[in-house]
Amino acid sequence: MGKIYVSMVGAVNEDVVTMIARHVRGMFGFEVEMYTSFPDPDYAFEESRRQFSSALMLQNLARVRPPDAAKFLAITEADLFIPMVTFVYGQAQLAGKAALVSLARLSQEFYGLPPDKELKMRRARKEAAHELGHTFGLVHCHDRSCLMSLSTEVLQIDVKSEDFCRSCWIVLEEELTELRKETKKNKILEFRR
Amino acid sequence: MKTQWEILVVDDEEVMRESLVAWLREDGYGVDSAASGKSAIEKAGEKDYAIYFIDLKMPGGMDGIESMMEIKKIRPDASIIIITAYATVDTAISAMKEGAQEYIVKPCNPKEISILVERIIKVKNLQRENLILRKKLTRQYRFHDIISKNPQMHDIFELVQEISSLKSTALIRGESGTGKELVARAIHYSGDRASKPFVGVSCAALAETLLESELFGHEKGAFTGAVAQKKGKFELADGGTIFLDEIGDISPKLQMDLLRVLQERSFYRVGGTEEITVDVRVIAATHRDLSEAVSAGTFRDDLYYRLDVINIQIPPLRERREDIPILARSFIERLSHELGKEIDDVSEGGLKVLMDYNWPGNVRELENAVERAMVTCKNTILSGEDFGFLEQNGLKKQSWNVPDNIPLQVVEKQVIEATIKRTQGNIKEAASVLGIDRSTLYEKIKKYEIER
Ligand SMILES: [Zn+2]
Ligand SMILES: [Zn+2]
Repeated sequence: MGKIYVSMVGAVNEDVVTMIARHVRGMFGFEVEMYTSFPDPDYAFEESRRQFSSALMLQNLARVRPPDAAKFLAITEADLFIPMVTFVYGQAQLAGKAALVSLARLSQEFYGLPPDKELKMRRARKEAAHELGHTFGLVHCHDRSCLMSLSTEVLQIDVKSEDFCRSCWIVLEEELTELRKETKKNKILEFRR
Repeated sequence: MKTQWEILVVDDEEVMRESLVAWLREDGYGVDSAASGKSAIEKAGEKDYAIYFIDLKMPGGMDGIESMMEIKKIRPDASIIIITAYATVDTAISAMKEGAQEYIVKPCNPKEISILVERIIKVKNLQRENLILRKKLTRQYRFHDIISKNPQMHDIFELVQEISSLKSTALIRGESGTGKELVARAIHYSGDRASKPFVGVSCAALAETLLESELFGHEKGAFTGAVAQKKGKFELADGGTIFLDEIGDISPKLQMDLLRVLQERSFYRVGGTEEITVDVRVIAATHRDLSEAVSAGTFRDDLYYRLDVINIQIPPLRERREDIPILARSFIERLSHELGKEIDDVSEGGLKVLMDYNWPGNVRELENAVERAMVTCKNTILSGEDFGFLEQNGLKKQSWNVPDNIPLQVVEKQVIEATIKRTQGNIKEAASVLGIDRSTLYEKIKKYEIER
């Protein structure tokens, strides 16, 4: 079925990334592998906003991803934006391969509060699974407790559970079944060659 | 279900445009994009987007407001959200006056977009539900092919059902265009003759001899051109119903022939000697006042009484104005399929024009007016402007100049004369147009010595 590769862009706490990788493996049932980390994304820095363009970073990630990647998830500490809105927690190619999650606004320190490592980890897991959900074709869900519900503030991230709701699971399962079928077909083709 | 609504994002800047598209797609909407006002207008022509995000500042010819106004012309129902920067908020506010539904200042808080789109979609869903509900209501008001919520019409529906399986002749009266044939068909198809033929003949359309052979058929060689034997409508309608429209127009000879058929249920083909017997129910219709024709001696009284066993009087459309909206909407629904045009409603302004108009040609005129408006309409909703041709007629009446120093009686005489002329001597219609009863009109005709 291919692998999900997890990578870092710029300096990121490795514990967080390892934890995310483990979580993703359990959640989607894919083999997960750590991939080379990338340097600070200076090319995506927007001086006037002092933020990084998530659109440009995602474009770049899609280009540099390993060829055998089923999905490619990058984690960064860079604060991301798209021109239309003040910030984004992450961005993904809908029904595509690349996903990007920013940890910048997931820590309590960002809001002037005392650090809470556990809380940051929990938020990071949810956002990583959410963005990967988009790469499997899932769109935002109206169920506030579902992982696929849209979060525009950390409170909403904290409110939602670490799981997809029933209907999102059904869509995801269908997508995974399709992927398995395709992999089988490809393997047979390879074998014949 | 979110995906049934589509959004178009219009922006010349690629990253801006594509990242907003991606954002909206993650939210579950179907989204397309356009890099210029020109391309946006083309796309608006191809697809009916629910929402347009348009960047106010676009270089190269057409800016956001111009694009918006062009799109509004094609899609007046579309919701347009103008995207602006802080520096140009004032321009965005003036865009609202030109018809933008909302403006959004970039960069905005991420939740603003979703809330805004959701709010607009909610309203659109509600409007769509209303439309579906209204279509259901139309079905409720439908009796065969007649649509009405007028109590008098509902009495007719009841009567039609009661008499549908009788053999008695029925006479349907009503101004032209009120749907007399539809009532006749409803009688036929409600009764036990429904599986047998319904044959309609317009008696006004044909010359006497032609009508005679049309009704009764002819033998070979009965007249020049009768190269073969031909069955008449009475024979074709055997077992079923014959509908004789404009019965008031037939000649004295045909009146006699018809009387014979009604009495004996048999007739001869033109030029024939064999007596043909049929089982046919006769339904006749007229826009004239037959009782007047009888007193004037132009219509046989014995035939009149034979026909008038069951009497159905259809009110003119101006006396059942409550039916105008449902009729107009049912015509829109049907004609949009026939004309292949995506028009789904009539606006309040459009309805007002229809409600204010007098409809001398009744339901048929309304149908024609709706069709004419639909053919020229460039939007998905018929507006008052689309019915401009009706208002023009109305305006002509209003622009009548009151002459100086003229006695009221002279004016009255002239108005009555003109009305009688216009109704072609139909006193009942003239009285109804003038808003007085018939006896009053007769008095005035006598008083002013008006010729009829
Ligand atoms: Zn999302
Ligand atoms: Zn869900």
